Order: sequence, then structure tokens, then C-alpha cells
Amino acid sequence: MSNRTLRGRTAVVGVADAVSPTGELDRHGRALEAAMVREALDDAGLALSDVDGICYGGMATGLAEYLGVHPRYVDGTMVGGSSYELHLEHAAAAITAGLCEVVVSVYAATPRSDRRRGRGGQRGGPPFPGPNPMAEWEMPYGLAMPMGAYALAASRHMASYGTTSEQLAQIAVDTRRWAATNPRARYRDPITIDDVLASPMQASPLHLLDCCLVTDGAGAFVVTSAERAQDLAKPPVYVLGAATFGDHQMISQMPDLTTTPGARSGPAAFEMAGVKPDDVDLLMAYDSFTITALLHLEDLGFCPKGEGGSFVEGGRLGPGGSLPTNTNGGGLSYTHPGQYGMFLVVEAVRQLRGECGERQLSGPEIAVAHGSGGVLSTMGTIVLGTGSTR
Amino acid sequence: MTALFEPPVSDASTRFWDATRGRRLLLPWCVACERPFWYPREVCPRCLGDAIEWREASGTGEVHAVSVQHRPGPMRDPAAGPYAVALVELTEGVRIMTNIVGCEPDAVTVGMAVGLTWQPLSDGRHLAQFEPA
Repeated sequence: MSNRTLRGRTAVVGVADAVSPTGELDRHGRALEAAMVREALDDAGLALSDVDGICYGGMATGLAEYLGVHPRYVDGTMVGGSSYELHLEHAAAAITAGLCEVVVSVYAATPRSDRRRGRGGQRGGPPFPGPNPMAEWEMPYGLAMPMGAYALAASRHMASYGTTSEQLAQIAVDTRRWAATNPRARYRDPITIDDVLASPMQASPLHLLDCCLVTDGAGAFVVTSAERAQDLAKPPVYVLGAATFGDHQMISQMPDLTTTPGARSGPAAFEMAGVKPDDVDLLMAYDSFTITALLHLEDLGFCPKGEGGSFVEGGRLGPGGSLPTNTNGGGLSYTHPGQYGMFLVVEAVRQLRGECGERQLSGPEIAVAHGSGGVLSTMGTIVLGTGSTR
Repeated sequence: MTALFEPPVSDASTRFWDATRGRRLLLPWCVACERPFWYPREVCPRCLGDAIEWREASGTGEVHAVSVQHRPGPMRDPAAGPYAVALVELTEGVRIMTNIVGCEPDAVTVGMAVGLTWQPLSDGRHLAQFEPA
């Protein structure tokens, strides 16, 4: 089988997201999901009646019923934050195989307002359905989740490669510089490396400002065939490459704490797309924590293993840097409702269309959306491109 | 007794937890692969073989990664202060999550040699922890 099977066969044709500088949204639940689907379809110039496939990180049929969608393609993949990269990969494959023609993926979570309004009530329950080895083999030791898991990866990376807290902090600083250019970002005030190091230690070596936000947020995207994409409302953003790899669920089962499954999904997606790291104009790399983003840089091949710390020094990831990364302000400063991967796709599409205002890059053609799910557990890499790259 | 989340016992780990009543650390070994694996389950995660035997571990190992928790995790008492959670590579070659006790949490370093100690649980079982060797 050719490794180019999905290259340029499908396109993202509609996107939407809802976030607020307050960190809270008025709508929640199905109403918020429905609003995102409607906005993404409007963005594409498609109608609800065009949708014949649905991706949802849960029981997808309940959402389909609520929306009035009668799908012939249903994908309930839930692997945490990278679920939306996996949805896009699966949708591209399903459309290419002729199973369906117009697929929508949607995400909404409102943890911040849920907490304030006393909604929800699932806190304290087991983190995963089914048998729960985490309760037996990890929870007794009191690792604060999820940051403790990432802290262990950071600990090992520092010990193995000499990575410093200052280098990790540089990622938070540069991501905040991008957020300053995004009016919808939760935090926009500049921060310094010293600010990060002076913020309260959470789980050593990670400080508060090494950690992502907890905000409300929602988004959706619409995917269709390259043919159908030609006469829709916006320029198509083509799926050039897509790949998934997973190698554990619990952090204590991660085969190598300093190498994520992105070291497999990344090169596979790049190979399908026929691109190299040097070709990438925009990197949207899941930043649940500063260490998460640093590991992606190494595993996707932007620098050798162990050199992520020195790679980020000097602001390479920020505005004006040679590898613009997380231009919306990222999970660190824009929004992070829990499963942030949706926002990677939305921002990548908007940048490739040239819709990003003050933070717009100059003529980007290739963008990568790289999602991380669980605790560095399941990676999904998507390579997207403008019409000139197809 | 330290406040902590007391682990459930799964079908595959009854032998493991019973042995902790006598302060013995057992590891599941795959008879076919002749290797230990972690965590205990009904089948070997290398070959799916279900011939499993339990062997006592040496109780020695090395800190593979460590994080001091300043925001307490599940069931931990915030008043007890920061504590060290580590992944320890046992001499037998499996890596397990644990606490490092018996020293200041910030004194725990990657590569530190550690040995087994036991934290009593409320039902007579014990939780395996480690301290500097």
C-alpha cells in the first residue's frame, strides 16, 4: 500500500471555535456543540443536510440524534486531547474510501464555568472507564494528575539531557508573546523566564506557568473530499498527511519517558505528506505543559533528541522566530478545556487561509497540528497545506 | 499512618497484595518469556501467555524519574507537606511507581540507589515504598 494514500484527497472546509478572555462561556453541553457545528458548516458554506459522517469523543449517536444528523459514518474515538487529530485522520480515510462525503467533528467542554456553577459532578471518580489499574498501581502514591505525569517526563529529560527550567520557561514566555496578539486569549500580559520560575511549584520541576490553563472552550471542523471542496465558501485546506501512534495509557507504563509516540506518528505523517520539518511554516504542537511542547519539537524532528532545550532558547518559537509555534497562544495562554487538540486544527486552518489578523503569518503553506492524548500516551499528527501544496 | 488512597485489589493481583501482608514484594513472571512484567495482569503483555508465576523481588532499584508534589494528589493531606513520587527501575528490570521516603523529598535524584520499605495500609496490606539505599 502506498504511503501517500490520503495525501491531498480531502480538505478541511469549515472551522469554528468559541473561547473567551474570561475563560468562561455562556453556553454549555449540547447547545454549545450544536452552535459549533452550525458555525463550522456556515464557514464551509454547507448545510446540516450535507453531513453524513460524525466524529465525537464519546457516544456519537447521542450527539447525532440531538443535531438531527443521520450518519453513515460514526467515529466515537476518545483518546484524550489528540482525539481531534485522530478524528481528522479517520474522516480523511473514510471519505477517501468512499464511506461518506461530509464529516463533522465537534468538541465542547466548560470545566471552568461548570465548577463555578456547580455543574458536572464527575470529579473524584475513576479517570477511565472499565478496569482501572491506575487506582491500584499509581493513585496510592499521590501523583497529582495530570501535571505529575508530565513532571516525571521532565525530570527524566533534565537528568538525561541537561534540560533546564529556564529552557522550559522560554516556551511559556514565547507562547504568551503569541497570546498577546490574540484578542480572545485568556492571558495576554507578557511574562518573563523569571516570572515562570517564580510562579508556585506544582509538581517539580513544573511551575504554575509551565502548566496549561483550565478554561471553557469549544470547536468544530468539517471535512470533505477534495472534489467537493472546490466550490465551497472558503479556500480548501488539504489534508496532506495523517498518522497516529500510541504506546501506553499510564505514565508508569511509558516505555521511554523522554520519547513520545510522536516519534512514530510524526515521521509517518510527514512521509505521507512528502514534507520535511524544514518545510513547516506553522507548528501547532499540543502544549498541555511546557515539557509537552519541548518533546514534540524533538520527536517531530525539528531538532535532535535531547536538544529541545537549546533549540527553544532565544525565542525561536515566538513571533518573528524561525519556527512559529502555537500562534493562537496555545494551551498555555489561549484556552485549554481539557482536550485541546480541536484548537490545533482550527488555528492551523485559519493561518493557512490568512484569517488571523495581528498574529497572521506571512503566506504559510504547510502547517502541522500535532495532538497529544492521555499522559503523552497517544499522538496524532496532521499535516495540512494550502492549494499550492496539493 | 500517612493519609493515602488505598489501592483496590484486582483479580490478577490477589497474590501480590496478600504477600504484602508479610512485607514481601512479588513480581509476576511470564513462564514462557522467562521475564517479569509490570503491572500484574492475567496475561503476559509480550506474548499473551497466561502461565504466570510469582517471584520475590530483591527490593533494590534506582530512581528513574522523580517529582516532588507541592499540590497534594488523591487523598493526601495538604498539611503533610511536599512528598516525592518516583518511578523506580527495579533490579529485575521492571519500572514501578512509588514514593521515596526517609529523606527530604528534594534530596531525591535521578539515578539514586534505593531499597524497599513498607507503608502499612488499614486492612493489613502494605504499600511498597523506597528509601535511599
